[in-house]
Amino acid sequence: MSKEVLITVCTGTGGIASGGEDVLAAFREALSSAGITASCRERCRVQRVGCKGFCSQDVLVDVAVNGAITTYRKVRPDMVARIVSEHIVAGMPVAEWVVDGSYHAFHEKQKKVVLSHCGVIDPEEIQSYRAVGGYGAAERAVLSMTPEEIIAVIKRSRLRGRGGGGFPTGLKWELCARHTADTKYVVCNGNESDPGAFMDTSLMEGDPHSVIEGMIICAKAVGSHRGYIYTKAEYALAVKRLNRAIEHCYAAGFLGKGIFGSDFDFDVEVFPAPGAFVCGEATALLRSLEGKRGMPSAKIWRTAEKGLWNKPTVLNNVETFANIPKIIEKGSQWFSRLGTERSGGTKVFSLSGKVRNTGLIEVPIGTTLREIIFDIGGGIEGGKACKGVHIGGPTGGCIPAARFDMEVDYESLAQAGSMMGSGGMVVLDETSCIVDTTRFFVGVIQGESCGKCAPCRIGTKRMLEILERIAGGRAKEGDLELLEELAHSIRETSLCGLGMTAPNPVLSTLRYFRDEYEEHIRRKRCRAAVCKALLTYSVVESACTGCGACKRVCPADAIRGTRKKPHRIDANLCVRCGTCLDACKFNAIMKV
Amino acid sequence: MEKTLQALVDECRDTRGNIVSLLRRVEDHFGFIPEDAVYWLSRALDIPASRFFGVATFYSQFHLKPRGRHTIRICRGTACHVKGSEKLISRVLMELDIPPDDDTTPDLTFTIEKINCVGACGIAPVAVLDDEIVGNATLHTVLNGIRELKKRS
Ligand SMILES: Cc1cc2nc3c(=O)[nH]c(=O)nc-3n(C[C@H](O)[C@H](O)[C@H](O)COP(=O)(O)O)c2cc1C
Ligand code: SF4
Ligand code: FES
Repeated sequence: MSKEVLITVCTGTGGIASGGEDVLAAFREALSSAGITASCRERCRVQRVGCKGFCSQDVLVDVAVNGAITTYRKVRPDMVARIVSEHIVAGMPVAEWVVDGSYHAFHEKQKKVVLSHCGVIDPEEIQSYRAVGGYGAAERAVLSMTPEEIIAVIKRSRLRGRGGGGFPTGLKWELCARHTADTKYVVCNGNESDPGAFMDTSLMEGDPHSVIEGMIICAKAVGSHRGYIYTKAEYALAVKRLNRAIEHCYAAGFLGKGIFGSDFDFDVEVFPAPGAFVCGEATALLRSLEGKRGMPSAKIWRTAEKGLWNKPTVLNNVETFANIPKIIEKGSQWFSRLGTERSGGTKVFSLSGKVRNTGLIEVPIGTTLREIIFDIGGGIEGGKACKGVHIGGPTGGCIPAARFDMEVDYESLAQAGSMMGSGGMVVLDETSCIVDTTRFFVGVIQGESCGKCAPCRIGTKRMLEILERIAGGRAKEGDLELLEELAHSIRETSLCGLGMTAPNPVLSTLRYFRDEYEEHIRRKRCRAAVCKALLTYSVVESACTGCGACKRVCPADAIRGTRKKPHRIDANLCVRCGTCLDACKFNAIMKV
Repeated sequence: MEKTLQALVDECRDTRGNIVSLLRRVEDHFGFIPEDAVYWLSRALDIPASRFFGVATFYSQFHLKPRGRHTIRICRGTACHVKGSEKLISRVLMELDIPPDDDTTPDLTFTIEKINCVGACGIAPVAVLDDEIVGNATLHTVLNGIRELKKRS
């Protein structure tokens, strides 16, 4: 009897970190040795797949025997032998290692459109993408659709830019197509500015061909013959896989001269940039691509009219491009029905922070925050109370738990003082301090301000100083009002989107969590016990066994005591580093 | 050095490169951007040196000073920050005796770099020792990894 066995191992960055490569090698070895001794005729393929989006359970392995898929979680190389012998050879899945209910809950409310191939196909082989219908849409667009038809389909789909701004993609293409320039460019924004996000990188790693296919369709629609994928050089795996995908495309005739046998030419090139947050901004990115300092400029012209080297340019986000082939393939109606009245389709978010299930998720636009955080995310770890969720990267805003019934859409988020932004979602619980997280985000923004205009360059620094003062217990009355005033003027007078959105984390948290700020200022208290300067460490005498572990690790020599007697912390010497708290095995160190 | 630089310039010209891609090649080749290289390029290409320095200082991945043989990257992304990466970074800097406001050990063995999310937030905080990714990183595991690297070199 011949069995068809297919094993898929997660080798995204998270997977590799948890030992995905070793598990892969272990499967190869175990299978080849079992194949000889058991001599059962199996057809095994070990594929490398991109992100499966359930990072906390890495390494995830799918074992499909005759089409019946079993998913194992937290697989280590030493577990492979048992999976092979019990499951693949004997046909009995190893029940104790199979994923539990949370894995299914994690997937149930999701709708995978953009991520549908991630974790399913082999991103390094074009045939794998072809096998799921890849390049069918581009072929149709190039051979049998007019530019007007393509643009009409995209417009009807109500697809909006996934880079944060939410500009209607069809309209953007139309503006560019209208221009009769001899040279036009298609540029893909894969900068992934948000330091806490990785969805665009995951897409480029896990499904690079869908991005390229989207760009081909766009090129045909606007009449461009040259495309660039702008990404960061530090995303080495993404750069490698994109380059490999492009190479395969040239070999297959999907890129280059006369693509798909037509008379249409299109070239694509990866531009690995040396990295800067502000280079995600449209005008800065184009200057950077031209080889200059990536500084934004005033938007006198739309990039669709004067972009790269002053030529009409379409700049779209990675996820936006990855949506295009699906829309052409399945129709604009199917796509627009997935979302809300004003925007069609789905959005990928990276869910992190204090939720049980972290990872990449994709939901229809209009899903409520409650569904995302409690159904998909599995709620807060340890049953703690949820405080809110910070959406949209550093320049996004915080939404309190009381408003979790809100539907996620470009407009509703903006109204609540946040934004779609990059799609990063950081869940905060009662052990997260609002002042501290805001200080972190403003710190990131301040470090990334390009310095071209004063409100952003100086204003963010002043905001950061005030926040540091509050967190450090040195704030005075009136600081909050000053912070608010600053925030408003930065928003109104900055040149580019970075400065204009920089006050979001401050204003949104002041709006919903003002009491927590006031508590820091007036009562010098941090209720989440995070702000170092407002904490005191002390020994719980009843729990202390006098083992001396804390005394040995304290870098400030602030702990005194004789063996087997309760120790004490000298508050004047303590530098509040928390090392003793980690070192104590008896929970005898308390911080308040 | 001149020959290498000429080769890099030619390579760049073939692929219609620009200053950013040229400097990237220089950085890849030397591990940093030597000042002499900038002056040579400025003369050879008749582009003011200030243009090169302007670009080189703008981007975080360009360095004007030599780097350590090993790079210890620690993620300072949001998820890692929440799980205490800031503390980890300052402790590692302290342990390696790296002077304040610097990122490289004086003997050029190690460079500490703060990086953006590497897509492994589920196992935050994350450190990358050369090419090896360490999840749920603690001062202990990072220092162990550093000791391993030292032994190997
Ligand atoms: C400071 C700043 C950073 C940005 N970072 C990114 C980014 O990392 N990726 C991205 O696609 N768009 C980013 N954007 C948005 C882009 O300017 C642009 O709107 C987008 O790439 C257009 O593509 P879309 O219409 O497909 O969204 C950023 C904007 C600003 C102001
Ligand atoms: S707002 Fe900030 S990032 Fe934008 S141009 Fe001004 S200084 Fe640069
Ligand atoms: S934030 Fe560190 S890996 Fe994502």
